[in-house]
Amino acid sequence: MVIAIVLPLLAAPLCLFMSRRVLFGLHLLVSLLSALAVGVLMREVMAAGPLRYAVGGWGAPLGIDLQVDGLSLAPLLLTALVMPPVSLYAHDYLTQPAEQQLCFWPLWYLLWSGLNASVLTADIFNVYVTLEVLTLAAVPLVVVAGGAEALRGAIRYLLFALLGSLTYLLGVALLFAAHGTLDMVALAGVWADDLPSAVGLALISVGLLAKGAIFPLHIWLPPAHAAAPAPVSAVLSALVVKVGFYLLARLWLWVAEPGAQAALLLGLLGAGAVFYGSLQALRQGRLKLIIAYSTVAQLGYLLLLFPLASATALSGSLLQLIGHGLAKAALFLAAGNVLHVLGHDRVRDFAGLGRRLPTTWMAVGVATISLTGLPPSVAFLGKWQLLEAAVDQGQWWCVVVLVGGGLLAAGYLFRILAHAFVDDPAYPDAHPLPWTLAWMPLALALLALLMSFLGAPLERLLLPGNPFAGTP
Amino acid sequence: MSHSLLPLATVLIPVITGIMVFFLDESQRRLRTVLNLSGAVLNLLAALVMLVGVFQEQAFAWRWPLLAGLELYLEADAFAMLFTPLSAGLWLVTTVYAVGYMEHYHNRRRFFGFFSLCVATTMGVALAGNLLTFFVFYELLTLSTYPLVVHRGDARSLAVGTIYLRYTVGAGAVLLVGLIWVHSLAGTLEFTEGGFLAPFQEHDTSLRIIFFLLVGGFGVKAALVPLHGWLPMAMVAPAPVSALLHAVAVVKAGAFGIVRVVYDVFGVTFAHSLGVTGILAVWASLTILYGSLRALAQDDLKRRLAYSTVSQVSYIALGVSIAGPVATIGGVVHLIHQGVTKITLFFCAGNLAETLHIHKISEMDGVGRQLPLTMSAFTLGALGMIGIPPMAGFITKWYLGLGSLEAGQPWVILVLLASTLLNAAYFLPILHRVWFRPARHAPPPPAREGPLLLLLPPLITGTLALLTGLFAAAPFTPLEWTVLITEREYPDGYHASP
Repeated sequence: MVIAIVLPLLAAPLCLFMSRRVLFGLHLLVSLLSALAVGVLMREVMAAGPLRYAVGGWGAPLGIDLQVDGLSLAPLLLTALVMPPVSLYAHDYLTQPAEQQLCFWPLWYLLWSGLNASVLTADIFNVYVTLEVLTLAAVPLVVVAGGAEALRGAIRYLLFALLGSLTYLLGVALLFAAHGTLDMVALAGVWADDLPSAVGLALISVGLLAKGAIFPLHIWLPPAHAAAPAPVSAVLSALVVKVGFYLLARLWLWVAEPGAQAALLLGLLGAGAVFYGSLQALRQGRLKLIIAYSTVAQLGYLLLLFPLASATALSGSLLQLIGHGLAKAALFLAAGNVLHVLGHDRVRDFAGLGRRLPTTWMAVGVATISLTGLPPSVAFLGKWQLLEAAVDQGQWWCVVVLVGGGLLAAGYLFRILAHAFVDDPAYPDAHPLPWTLAWMPLALALLALLMSFLGAPLERLLLPGNPFAGTP
Repeated sequence: MSHSLLPLATVLIPVITGIMVFFLDESQRRLRTVLNLSGAVLNLLAALVMLVGVFQEQAFAWRWPLLAGLELYLEADAFAMLFTPLSAGLWLVTTVYAVGYMEHYHNRRRFFGFFSLCVATTMGVALAGNLLTFFVFYELLTLSTYPLVVHRGDARSLAVGTIYLRYTVGAGAVLLVGLIWVHSLAGTLEFTEGGFLAPFQEHDTSLRIIFFLLVGGFGVKAALVPLHGWLPMAMVAPAPVSALLHAVAVVKAGAFGIVRVVYDVFGVTFAHSLGVTGILAVWASLTILYGSLRALAQDDLKRRLAYSTVSQVSYIALGVSIAGPVATIGGVVHLIHQGVTKITLFFCAGNLAETLHIHKISEMDGVGRQLPLTMSAFTLGALGMIGIPPMAGFITKWYLGLGSLEAGQPWVILVLLASTLLNAAYFLPILHRVWFRPARHAPPPPAREGPLLLLLPPLITGTLALLTGLFAAAPFTPLEWTVLITEREYPDGYHASP
């Protein structure tokens, strides 16, 4: 468990002393080792159920405790799958002078470490710390390529993230004052339906909604994700915002016992996100903005977990989380290639791209299958389970959200794809892309598709420790 | 071992062919052709081996779990074995045709790649052993045909492509809701002879809604009026694509879906007791008449054929919605008969466009003298569509008519009669122009058939359309096979002797 956090942290300072070629080796090594660590964790959880680990042997009230169960395995696995290809891509994508790359890689590995830490920690104050680490690594990464647009996006992101942290911290303080503990399990044990708990939970939730870019606190996301360099956008959209959802799920389903009304409210926010985000995506003319608004929309599906609250819905939303993460990273990397070749990302000027960037375009096509929730993709399985939970419980409005969102997604994604079929013979031939740039988007997109054939073991992996065990 | 792998192989062979074609260079024409043809031949062989095996009562099935209680399931059951050899056979013929036809097109690599993927998904639809698998391949079919429809890449193709997607993706969404509802109700999606929903009779309102969700979802591709709008528009695609869309892949997938829903999900007797088949029968009849009427008014040859498809495919829906074994035979066997007949007509239309640049019916005066062989095939196809004995189309209408009498629904005969008259009214004038009018250019140019690759396919399928009708009662014909299926669907003693 510790390895997953410490490994990238160790790599961070090392990057400062390496030449480009050795750096590539380092990416491979870290990727391999972190995959190994997550693999071992997955095996242990499958065999023995949820695990808990006290760092340094100090134990709950004083020390730092880590925990892992099905819920945390989903983002862990996603991180272990997305970071390696995106790192390799970033290695060849960033063409800035060496000094700027010096800033980039330590921050990159800090972000990686923060991602793992935030889903492993068992204590709500440490969550705050890891969230700050994430913010402080992510915001500079947005501006690493420079430019006024990136700076504006980053500042807005910073503002929202800090406000989110602040409200989160306030909530934590309230809960600590009321219950005298910060540990998640201990907190669940003494949870009471009183005012401080309710206000504390509300503050924490608002903070997490802001971090997780959930409608209507999403407004920082599109400018920041659209302006960042492609690999950074990929990681922000695929991984970083998911942490907000993960923590919401952890607190609402494991720790606290909020009423059905509050859960419905979250679900409605999700519905708002799906429709608002999709309609905005339909209106955008720039590829990266379309993809960014699509993230806003797709995060909305996840929130349906709260009103549906069942084991099927939990596994469904986690599969959706994984599927979306992989496909979204693929799309952002593909958008990076388009920018790299064309110098712009205006969708209506995409004629001829299909022939010029065949693998990139295939990646867009394959990612489209995932994001519209068509079979066979991990996202389809997730959507299927969410739909099934909705039909089982007769919550037809969720069916409308899920199906309507899929149709809207088809609308904005096929609009991009269609342009590739227009042939423009006047197009000059481009220099071939380095293999990492050409193939990494497709690899991620295919992974989002082919992992659906491992759906059954994946589902078993996500359920250990779920709070619905015992209820059908 | 091979018993579980054969159905999988039938789906994977075209997938692999398609991927390999994607990676070839645009200029490697010969290698691409060899790949395409060997893929098609291999696939046909696999289908035939399964056909013989199923005849000897062997089972071919492949399962793969996706989630708890949800699996991909390919199975060569009797219905599947009707559709699979048809698709595999027509794919081979169409590949030959496409190699000849696409000679002057750009981006052949992309075309043949998606062409193969399209066949793979059709195989998946044919072999699907449960509704989920059917749905998966049905959706993939949309995705793999879209690039074929917009292949020309001009503004018009793109606009049509968007309309095509609106119809089919919307249908997919409706279908998904129906599917989930069935799963939530019954806990299974596996096709069962005689249906699996009968035990849930007390949810009859839900079941009726589900029926129309499913049939509506499939009805878009089967082009039931008013869900047919995409079909005549999709005629912008190159001729081999139109042929494939109309005769084998898309339209048939929809019709086959309706067949599966009625027989293997609801069960025809149960569906009848719910009262939903009556509505479907009326719906199909309206489509038959509407399609024929619209076909009359078209001057563009491909559009007339397209409306004719709208009309003809609904014979299948009509046949399955009349609860009775004889009508079942008529409807199901039309899957095959319409397939071979309509593909012939589209090949011929493609040849006209390619060799003489004729697209309109009004330009077809006297072309019989210039393209005698092509137009002979066309004539066979047209007569088959009208249903003149001994063509295959006649067999269909014969069984449908008998079946409607047997089921006590004689009004269907009127529909058949009206439709036959209309079919004659829009096909016979074409034949008259082709053979009996003088050519527009006097003196008429000498006979000048197109290349062999374009000529052979319509001749083969045209002959097939004749032979399946002429020797309908011989063993191993589609009709005999359908009778076998029907005997399994109506277990309490039916013997086919019309």
